[in-house]
Amino acid sequence: MAKVHVTTRINGEAREFLCEPHQTLLDVLRDELGLTGTKEGCGSGDCGACSVTIDDRLVCSCLVLGAEAEGAEIGTIEGVAGAELHPVQQKILEHAALQCGICTPGIVVAAKNLLERHPDPDETTIRYWLAGNLCRCTGYDKIIRAVQDAAKELAHSA
Amino acid sequence: MGAYAYVAPQSVDEALSVLGEQASSGTRAQVLAGGTDLLVQMRSIDRGARTIIDIKKLAETNRLDVGADEIYIGAAVCSALMNEHEALKALLPGLMEAGDLIGSTQIQGRATICGNLCNSSPAGDSIPAQIAVRAVVDIANASGGRQLPVEEFVTGVGTNALEDGEFVLGLKIPRPAENSSDAYLRFIPRTEMDIAVAGCGVSVTLAEDGTCSAARVAIGAVAPTALLVPAAAEALIGSKLDDAALQAAGEACSTASSPITDKRGTAEYRRKVVAVLCRRAAAIAKQRATGA
Repeated sequence: MAKVHVTTRINGEAREFLCEPHQTLLDVLRDELGLTGTKEGCGSGDCGACSVTIDDRLVCSCLVLGAEAEGAEIGTIEGVAGAELHPVQQKILEHAALQCGICTPGIVVAAKNLLERHPDPDETTIRYWLAGNLCRCTGYDKIIRAVQDAAKELAHSA
Repeated sequence: MGAYAYVAPQSVDEALSVLGEQASSGTRAQVLAGGTDLLVQMRSIDRGARTIIDIKKLAETNRLDVGADEIYIGAAVCSALMNEHEALKALLPGLMEAGDLIGSTQIQGRATICGNLCNSSPAGDSIPAQIAVRAVVDIANASGGRQLPVEEFVTGVGTNALEDGEFVLGLKIPRPAENSSDAYLRFIPRTEMDIAVAGCGVSVTLAEDGTCSAARVAIGAVAPTALLVPAAAEALIGSKLDDAALQAAGEACSTASSPITDKRGTAEYRRKVVAVLCRRAAAIAKQRATGA
Protein backbone atom coordinates (compact mmCIF):
# COMPACT_ATOMS: atom_id res chain seq x y z
CA MET A 1 0.00 0.00 0.00
CA ALA A 2 1.58 3.23 -1.17
CA LYS A 3 1.81 5.93 1.43
CA VAL A 4 0.83 9.48 0.58
CA HIS A 5 3.38 12.25 0.98
CA VAL A 6 1.77 15.38 2.36
CA THR A 7 3.20 18.90 2.65
CA THR A 8 1.19 21.15 4.90
CA ARG A 9 1.38 23.85 7.54
CA ILE A 10 0.43 23.11 11.12
CA ASN A 11 0.08 25.99 13.57
CA GLY A 12 2.03 28.18 11.19
CA GLU A 13 4.96 25.80 10.70
CA ALA A 14 5.73 23.91 7.51
CA ARG A 15 5.38 20.15 8.10
CA GLU A 16 5.67 17.06 5.96
CA PHE A 17 4.44 13.58 6.69
CA LEU A 18 3.69 10.23 5.15
CA CYS A 19 0.30 8.68 5.79
CA GLU A 20 -1.84 5.79 4.67
CA PRO A 21 -4.41 6.82 2.04
CA HIS A 22 -7.27 6.11 4.42
CA GLN A 23 -5.63 7.40 7.61
CA THR A 24 -7.55 10.24 9.24
CA LEU A 25 -6.00 13.61 9.97
CA LEU A 26 -6.70 12.90 13.64
CA ASP A 27 -4.58 9.73 13.53
CA VAL A 28 -1.83 11.52 11.61
CA LEU A 29 -1.71 14.34 14.17
CA ARG A 30 -1.60 11.97 17.11
CA ASP A 31 0.32 8.97 15.82
CA GLU A 32 2.67 10.39 13.17
CA LEU A 33 3.30 13.92 14.42
CA GLY A 34 3.02 13.47 18.18
CA LEU A 35 0.42 16.21 18.49
CA THR A 36 -1.66 14.42 21.08
CA GLY A 37 -3.52 17.50 22.34
CA THR A 38 -6.24 16.72 19.81
CA LYS A 39 -8.38 13.96 21.33
CA GLU A 40 -10.35 11.11 19.86
CA GLY A 41 -13.82 10.73 21.34
CA CYS A 42 -16.31 9.08 19.06
CA GLY A 43 -14.43 8.88 15.78
CA SER A 44 -17.63 9.61 13.89
CA GLY A 45 -17.98 13.39 13.99
CA ASP A 46 -20.48 13.51 16.83
CA CYS A 47 -18.46 14.69 19.84
CA GLY A 48 -16.07 17.39 18.62
CA ALA A 49 -13.14 16.28 20.81
CA CYS A 50 -10.96 16.14 17.69
CA SER A 51 -11.83 19.69 16.52
CA VAL A 52 -9.15 21.45 14.49
CA THR A 53 -9.26 24.18 11.87
CA ILE A 54 -8.40 23.73 8.21
CA ASP A 55 -7.82 27.08 6.51
CA ASP A 56 -9.63 28.65 9.48
CA ARG A 57 -12.70 26.44 9.02
CA LEU A 58 -13.68 24.40 12.10
CA VAL A 59 -13.87 20.65 11.37
CA CYS A 60 -13.67 17.26 13.08
CA SER A 61 -10.23 15.85 12.26
CA CYS A 62 -11.65 12.32 12.52
CA LEU A 63 -13.70 13.04 9.40
CA VAL A 64 -10.77 14.36 7.34
CA LEU A 65 -8.15 12.26 5.61
CA GLY A 66 -4.55 13.10 6.41
CA ALA A 67 -3.97 13.28 2.64
CA GLU A 68 -6.47 16.14 2.43
CA ALA A 69 -4.11 18.33 4.48
CA GLU A 70 -1.93 18.81 1.38
CA GLY A 71 -1.40 22.53 0.87
CA ALA A 72 -3.69 23.46 3.75
CA GLU A 73 -3.16 25.42 6.96
CA ILE A 74 -4.07 23.29 9.96
CA GLY A 75 -4.71 24.76 13.40
CA THR A 76 -4.62 22.51 16.48
CA ILE A 77 -4.82 23.06 20.22
CA GLU A 78 -1.02 23.12 20.35
CA GLY A 79 -1.07 26.41 18.42
CA VAL A 80 -3.58 28.21 20.62
CA ALA A 81 -1.41 29.46 23.50
CA GLY A 82 1.47 31.84 22.93
CA ALA A 83 3.76 32.91 25.76
CA GLU A 84 0.57 33.09 27.80
CA LEU A 85 -2.64 31.13 27.65
CA HIS A 86 -5.23 32.31 25.14
CA PRO A 87 -8.10 34.16 26.86
CA VAL A 88 -10.42 31.24 26.08
CA GLN A 89 -8.05 28.90 27.93
CA GLN A 90 -7.53 31.32 30.81
CA LYS A 91 -11.27 31.85 31.28
CA ILE A 92 -11.98 28.12 31.15
CA LEU A 93 -9.54 27.76 34.05
CA GLU A 94 -11.01 30.68 36.00
CA HIS A 95 -14.59 29.48 35.55
CA ALA A 96 -13.64 25.87 36.35
CA ALA A 97 -15.20 24.99 33.01
CA LEU A 98 -13.57 21.58 32.81
CA GLN A 99 -13.45 18.44 34.87
CA CYS A 100 -12.02 15.39 33.14
CA GLY A 101 -10.64 17.56 30.34
CA ILE A 102 -11.03 15.24 27.36
CA CYS A 103 -13.41 17.60 25.56
CA THR A 104 -11.47 20.73 26.51
CA PRO A 105 -8.96 20.97 23.61
CA GLY A 106 -11.81 20.66 21.12
CA ILE A 107 -13.86 23.25 22.97
CA VAL A 108 -10.94 25.68 23.09
CA VAL A 109 -10.30 25.30 19.34
CA ALA A 110 -14.02 25.68 18.56
CA ALA A 111 -14.53 28.67 20.88
CA LYS A 112 -11.42 30.45 19.58
CA ASN A 113 -12.68 29.97 16.01
CA LEU A 114 -16.10 31.31 17.06
CA LEU A 115 -14.63 34.47 18.58
CA GLU A 116 -12.47 35.08 15.51
CA ARG A 117 -15.59 34.98 13.33
CA HIS A 118 -18.10 36.52 15.77
CA PRO A 119 -16.26 38.67 18.32
CA ASP A 120 -19.44 39.53 20.24
CA PRO A 121 -21.66 36.43 20.17
CA ASP A 122 -24.85 36.20 22.21
CA GLU A 123 -25.46 33.16 24.38
CA THR A 124 -27.60 31.42 21.77
CA THR A 125 -24.88 31.81 19.16
CA ILE A 126 -22.30 30.35 21.54
CA ARG A 127 -24.54 27.42 22.44
CA TYR A 128 -25.28 26.61 18.78
CA TRP A 129 -21.65 27.02 17.75
CA LEU A 130 -20.49 24.64 20.49
CA ALA A 131 -23.37 22.18 20.06
CA GLY A 132 -20.99 19.81 18.28
CA ASN A 133 -18.66 19.68 21.30
CA LEU A 134 -19.98 17.21 23.83
CA CYS A 135 -18.99 17.51 27.48
CA ARG A 136 -20.29 14.92 29.91
CA CYS A 137 -18.94 16.63 33.03
CA THR A 138 -19.73 20.32 33.25
CA GLY A 139 -23.32 20.65 32.10
CA TYR A 140 -22.06 23.35 29.69
CA ASP A 141 -23.06 26.43 31.70
CA LYS A 142 -19.55 27.09 32.96
CA ILE A 143 -18.16 26.64 29.45
CA ILE A 144 -20.64 29.18 28.08
CA ARG A 145 -19.76 31.67 30.86
CA ALA A 146 -16.06 31.20 30.16
CA VAL A 147 -16.52 31.88 26.45
CA GLN A 148 -18.64 34.96 27.19
CA ASP A 149 -15.96 36.20 29.54
CA ALA A 150 -13.21 35.49 26.99
CA ALA A 151 -15.17 37.47 24.39
CA LYS A 152 -15.28 40.44 26.78
CA GLU A 153 -11.58 40.15 27.52
CA LEU A 154 -10.70 39.99 23.81
CA ALA A 155 -12.91 43.00 23.07
CA HIS A 156 -11.26 44.91 25.91
CA SER A 157 -7.72 44.09 24.77
CA ALA A 158 -8.44 44.75 21.09
CA MET B 1 -9.35 -6.93 -2.08
CA GLY B 2 -7.14 -4.22 -3.43
CA ALA B 3 -5.42 -1.51 -1.47
CA TYR B 4 -6.59 1.90 -0.49
CA ALA B 5 -5.36 4.80 -2.59
CA TYR B 6 -6.01 8.54 -2.55
CA VAL B 7 -5.97 10.84 -5.54
CA ALA B 8 -6.89 14.52 -5.79
CA PRO B 9 -7.33 15.30 -9.50
CA GLN B 10 -6.65 18.86 -10.66
CA SER B 11 -9.12 18.79 -13.54
CA VAL B 12 -12.48 17.24 -14.40
CA ASP B 13 -10.83 15.29 -17.23
CA GLU B 14 -8.28 13.85 -14.83
CA ALA B 15 -11.02 12.89 -12.37
CA LEU B 16 -12.99 11.22 -15.16
CA SER B 17 -9.93 9.35 -16.38
CA VAL B 18 -9.22 8.00 -12.87
CA LEU B 19 -12.89 7.00 -12.50
CA GLY B 20 -12.78 5.42 -15.97
CA GLU B 21 -9.65 3.39 -15.21
CA GLN B 22 -11.20 2.13 -12.01
CA ALA B 23 -14.41 1.18 -13.80
CA SER B 24 -12.58 -0.66 -16.62
CA SER B 25 -10.24 -2.51 -14.26
CA GLY B 26 -13.12 -3.55 -12.03
CA THR B 27 -11.55 -2.04 -8.92
CA ARG B 28 -13.51 0.15 -6.63
CA ALA B 29 -13.42 3.93 -6.61
CA GLN B 30 -15.36 6.38 -4.52
CA VAL B 31 -15.69 10.11 -4.79
CA LEU B 32 -14.87 12.19 -1.71
CA ALA B 33 -16.39 15.63 -1.16
CA GLY B 34 -16.98 16.63 2.47
CA GLY B 35 -16.48 13.08 3.72
CA THR B 36 -18.92 13.35 6.63
CA ASP B 37 -20.79 10.26 5.46
CA LEU B 38 -17.93 8.52 3.65
CA LEU B 39 -15.38 8.52 6.47
CA VAL B 40 -17.95 7.30 8.99
CA GLN B 41 -18.89 4.45 6.61
CA MET B 42 -15.21 3.58 6.04
CA ARG B 43 -14.77 3.09 9.77
CA SER B 44 -17.94 1.14 10.41
CA ILE B 45 -20.20 -0.56 7.90
CA ASP B 46 -17.98 -0.52 4.81
CA ARG B 47 -14.28 -1.02 5.41
CA GLY B 48 -13.44 -2.36 1.95
CA ALA B 49 -10.40 -0.93 0.17
CA ARG B 50 -10.94 1.48 -2.68
CA THR B 51 -9.44 4.42 -4.50
CA ILE B 52 -10.69 7.65 -3.00
CA ILE B 53 -11.05 10.44 -5.53
CA ASP B 54 -11.06 13.81 -3.79
CA ILE B 55 -12.97 16.24 -6.02
CA LYS B 56 -12.35 19.34 -3.90
CA LYS B 57 -9.40 20.61 -5.98
CA LEU B 58 -11.53 21.23 -9.09
CA ALA B 59 -12.52 24.75 -10.14
CA GLU B 60 -15.92 23.41 -11.26
CA THR B 61 -16.85 21.83 -7.94
CA ASN B 62 -15.85 24.98 -6.04
CA ARG B 63 -18.19 27.19 -8.06
CA LEU B 64 -20.74 29.17 -6.07
CA ASP B 65 -22.46 31.53 -8.48
CA VAL B 66 -25.65 33.52 -8.29
CA GLY B 67 -26.33 34.44 -11.92
CA ALA B 68 -29.13 36.40 -13.55
CA ASP B 69 -30.88 33.19 -14.59
CA GLU B 70 -29.18 30.40 -12.73
CA ILE B 71 -27.63 29.60 -9.38
CA TYR B 72 -24.77 27.11 -9.28
CA ILE B 73 -23.67 25.32 -6.11
CA GLY B 74 -20.58 23.20 -6.72
CA ALA B 75 -20.16 19.75 -5.19
CA ALA B 76 -17.22 20.87 -3.04
CA VAL B 77 -19.01 23.85 -1.48
CA CYS B 78 -19.50 23.11 2.19
CA SER B 79 -22.66 24.07 4.00
CA ALA B 80 -20.94 26.72 6.14
CA LEU B 81 -19.57 28.50 3.06
CA MET B 82 -22.97 28.31 1.37
CA ASN B 83 -24.67 29.83 4.41
CA GLU B 84 -22.18 32.70 4.52
CA HIS B 85 -23.36 33.80 1.04
CA GLU B 86 -25.92 36.53 1.75
CA ALA B 87 -27.41 36.67 -1.76
CA LEU B 88 -27.92 32.92 -1.76
CA LYS B 89 -29.58 33.05 1.65
CA ALA B 90 -31.93 35.77 0.44
CA LEU B 91 -32.87 33.86 -2.71
CA LEU B 92 -33.06 30.29 -1.40
CA PRO B 93 -33.64 30.53 2.36
CA GLY B 94 -35.32 27.12 2.51
CA LEU B 95 -32.47 25.27 0.81
CA MET B 96 -29.96 27.12 2.99
CA GLU B 97 -31.81 26.21 6.18
CA ALA B 98 -31.99 22.58 5.08
CA GLY B 99 -28.20 22.57 4.67
CA ASP B 100 -27.77 24.41 7.94
CA LEU B 101 -29.84 21.79 9.80
CA ILE B 102 -27.37 19.02 9.02
CA GLY B 103 -24.94 18.48 11.87
CA SER B 104 -22.80 20.69 14.06
CA THR B 105 -20.54 23.63 13.20
CA GLN B 106 -17.76 21.11 12.55
CA ILE B 107 -19.92 19.06 10.18
CA GLN B 108 -21.08 22.24 8.44
CA GLY B 109 -17.45 23.04 7.73
CA ARG B 110 -17.16 19.91 5.60
CA ALA B 111 -20.57 18.61 4.56
CA THR B 112 -21.96 19.50 1.13
CA ILE B 113 -25.54 19.36 -0.12
CA CYS B 114 -24.32 17.47 -3.20
CA GLY B 115 -22.81 14.86 -0.89
CA ASN B 116 -26.09 14.74 1.01
CA LEU B 117 -27.78 14.01 -2.32
CA CYS B 118 -25.23 11.39 -3.40
CA ASN B 119 -25.46 9.60 -0.05
CA SER B 120 -29.09 9.19 -1.07
CA SER B 121 -30.51 8.55 2.38
CA PRO B 122 -34.32 8.65 2.53
CA ALA B 123 -33.90 11.16 5.38
CA GLY B 124 -31.32 13.44 3.70
CA ASP B 125 -32.56 16.86 4.79
CA SER B 126 -31.40 18.89 1.82
CA ILE B 127 -32.96 16.61 -0.82
CA PRO B 128 -36.64 17.70 -0.48
CA ALA B 129 -35.40 21.30 -0.30
CA GLN B 130 -33.40 20.79 -3.53
CA ILE B 131 -36.42 19.28 -5.27
CA ALA B 132 -38.65 22.15 -4.10
CA VAL B 133 -36.39 24.73 -5.79
CA ARG B 134 -36.16 22.74 -9.05
CA ALA B 135 -32.49 21.82 -8.64
CA VAL B 136 -30.89 19.88 -11.48
CA VAL B 137 -27.86 17.66 -10.93
CA ASP B 138 -24.88 18.54 -13.14
CA ILE B 139 -23.17 15.21 -13.80
CA ALA B 140 -19.72 14.83 -15.36
CA ASN B 141 -18.99 11.82 -17.56
CA ALA B 142 -16.75 10.86 -20.48
CA SER B 143 -19.45 11.69 -23.04
CA GLY B 144 -19.79 15.36 -22.21
CA GLY B 145 -21.92 15.17 -19.10
CA ARG B 146 -25.64 15.08 -18.44
CA GLN B 147 -28.26 16.81 -16.33
CA LEU B 148 -30.90 15.18 -14.22
CA PRO B 149 -33.61 16.73 -12.01
CA VAL B 150 -32.97 15.92 -8.35
CA GLU B 151 -36.30 14.11 -8.05
CA GLU B 152 -35.09 11.61 -10.67
CA PHE B 153 -31.60 11.22 -9.21
CA VAL B 154 -32.22 9.14 -6.10
CA THR B 155 -33.46 5.69 -7.09
CA GLY B 156 -33.81 3.95 -3.74
CA VAL B 157 -32.44 3.73 -0.20
CA GLY B 158 -28.77 4.66 -0.63
CA THR B 159 -28.83 4.28 -4.41
CA ASN B 160 -28.84 6.84 -7.21
CA ALA B 161 -28.66 7.30 -10.96
CA LEU B 162 -24.87 7.80 -11.12
CA GLU B 163 -23.29 5.23 -13.39
CA ASP B 164 -19.72 3.95 -13.34
CA GLY B 165 -17.40 6.68 -14.49
CA GLU B 166 -19.72 9.53 -13.47
CA PHE B 167 -19.62 12.04 -10.64
CA VAL B 168 -21.59 15.11 -9.58
CA LEU B 169 -20.08 18.51 -10.37
CA GLY B 170 -22.79 20.57 -8.72
CA LEU B 171 -26.40 21.68 -8.66
CA LYS B 172 -28.02 24.07 -11.12
CA ILE B 173 -31.00 25.93 -9.74
CA PRO B 174 -33.12 28.36 -11.75
CA ARG B 175 -32.96 31.76 -10.09
CA PRO B 176 -36.31 32.18 -8.30
CA ALA B 177 -38.77 34.60 -9.93
CA GLU B 178 -39.81 37.80 -8.15
CA ASN B 179 -42.20 37.21 -5.24
CA SER B 180 -40.93 33.67 -4.80
CA SER B 181 -39.47 31.93 -1.80
CA ASP B 182 -38.98 28.55 -0.21
CA ALA B 183 -38.91 26.86 3.17
CA TYR B 184 -37.87 23.52 4.61
CA LEU B 185 -39.04 22.01 7.87
CA ARG B 186 -38.30 18.67 9.44
CA PHE B 187 -39.34 16.98 12.62
CA ILE B 188 -36.79 15.29 14.89
CA PRO B 189 -37.19 13.92 18.42
CA ARG B 190 -34.70 16.43 19.84
CA THR B 191 -34.08 20.05 18.89
CA GLU B 192 -30.79 19.69 17.00
CA MET B 193 -28.56 17.27 15.15
CA ASP B 194 -30.75 14.28 14.55
CA ILE B 195 -32.16 12.34 11.63
CA ALA B 196 -35.48 13.52 10.24
CA VAL B 197 -38.64 11.62 11.15
CA ALA B 198 -40.33 13.54 8.37
CA GLY B 199 -39.40 16.59 6.30
CA CYS B 200 -41.05 18.86 3.77
CA GLY B 201 -39.68 21.46 1.34
CA VAL B 202 -41.99 23.99 -0.32
CA SER B 203 -41.37 26.73 -2.87
CA VAL B 204 -44.03 29.21 -3.95
CA THR B 205 -44.38 32.09 -6.39
CA LEU B 206 -47.06 34.69 -5.77
CA ALA B 207 -48.86 36.89 -8.31
CA GLU B 208 -49.44 40.60 -7.63
CA ASP B 209 -52.75 39.90 -5.88
CA GLY B 210 -51.20 37.24 -3.65
CA THR B 211 -52.51 34.26 -5.61
CA CYS B 212 -50.05 31.40 -5.75
CA SER B 213 -48.99 31.11 -9.39
CA ALA B 214 -46.39 28.36 -9.04
CA ALA B 215 -45.42 25.90 -6.32
CA ARG B 216 -43.36 22.79 -5.67
CA VAL B 217 -43.73 20.51 -2.68
CA ALA B 218 -41.35 17.67 -1.81
CA ILE B 219 -41.34 15.33 1.16
CA GLY B 220 -38.54 13.42 2.87
CA ALA B 221 -38.07 10.52 5.30
CA VAL B 222 -41.57 9.19 4.60
CA ALA B 223 -40.75 6.98 1.59
CA PRO B 224 -37.67 5.12 0.24
CA THR B 225 -36.65 8.34 -1.52
CA ALA B 226 -37.58 12.00 -1.20
CA LEU B 227 -40.63 12.60 -3.38
CA LEU B 228 -41.97 15.46 -5.44
CA VAL B 229 -45.69 15.73 -4.65
CA PRO B 230 -47.43 17.33 -7.66
CA ALA B 231 -50.88 16.96 -6.04
CA ALA B 232 -49.74 19.10 -3.12
CA ALA B 233 -48.46 21.80 -5.47
CA GLU B 234 -51.75 21.69 -7.40
CA ALA B 235 -53.63 22.28 -4.16
CA LEU B 236 -51.58 25.45 -3.61
CA ILE B 237 -51.54 26.87 -7.15
CA GLY B 238 -54.45 29.23 -7.80
CA SER B 239 -55.17 29.68 -4.11
CA LYS B 240 -54.26 32.53 -1.78
CA LEU B 241 -52.44 29.93 0.32
CA ASP B 242 -55.32 30.07 2.76
CA ASP B 243 -55.98 27.44 5.40
CA ALA B 244 -58.10 25.29 3.11
CA ALA B 245 -55.37 25.17 0.44
CA LEU B 246 -52.68 24.37 3.01
CA GLN B 247 -54.88 21.66 4.48
CA ALA B 248 -55.39 20.10 1.05
CA ALA B 249 -51.66 20.25 0.26
CA GLY B 250 -50.85 18.60 3.60
CA GLU B 251 -53.33 15.82 2.91
CA ALA B 252 -51.76 15.28 -0.52
CA CYS B 253 -48.38 14.82 1.21
CA SER B 254 -49.83 12.25 3.62
CA THR B 255 -51.39 10.39 0.71
CA ALA B 256 -48.14 10.41 -1.29
CA SER B 257 -46.09 9.10 1.61
CA SER B 258 -45.33 5.44 2.31
CA PRO B 259 -43.45 5.62 5.58
CA ILE B 260 -41.96 2.85 7.69
CA THR B 261 -42.31 2.33 11.42
CA ASP B 262 -39.03 2.46 13.31
CA LYS B 263 -37.66 3.75 16.62
CA ARG B 264 -38.03 7.34 15.44
CA GLY B 265 -41.75 7.11 14.78
CA THR B 266 -44.56 4.97 13.51
CA ALA B 267 -45.78 5.06 9.93
CA GLU B 268 -49.10 6.53 11.08
CA TYR B 269 -47.32 9.28 13.00
CA ARG B 270 -45.04 10.15 10.07
CA ARG B 271 -47.99 10.32 7.70
CA LYS B 272 -49.66 12.80 10.03
CA VAL B 273 -46.57 14.89 10.76
CA VAL B 274 -45.60 15.30 7.11
CA ALA B 275 -48.94 17.05 6.50
CA VAL B 276 -48.30 19.45 9.39
CA LEU B 277 -44.80 20.20 8.10
CA CYS B 278 -46.18 20.86 4.61
CA ARG B 279 -48.76 23.35 5.93
CA ARG B 280 -46.22 25.18 8.06
CA ALA B 281 -43.48 25.22 5.39
CA ALA B 282 -45.96 26.58 2.83
CA ALA B 283 -47.00 29.30 5.26
CA ILE B 284 -43.37 30.27 5.88
CA ALA B 285 -42.59 30.28 2.14
CA LYS B 286 -45.64 32.51 1.55
CA GLN B 287 -44.56 34.92 4.26
CA ARG B 288 -41.05 35.10 2.82
CA ALA B 289 -42.35 35.58 -0.72
CA THR B 290 -44.42 38.56 0.37
CA GLY B 291 -41.34 40.01 2.03
CA ALA B 292 -43.14 40.11 5.38
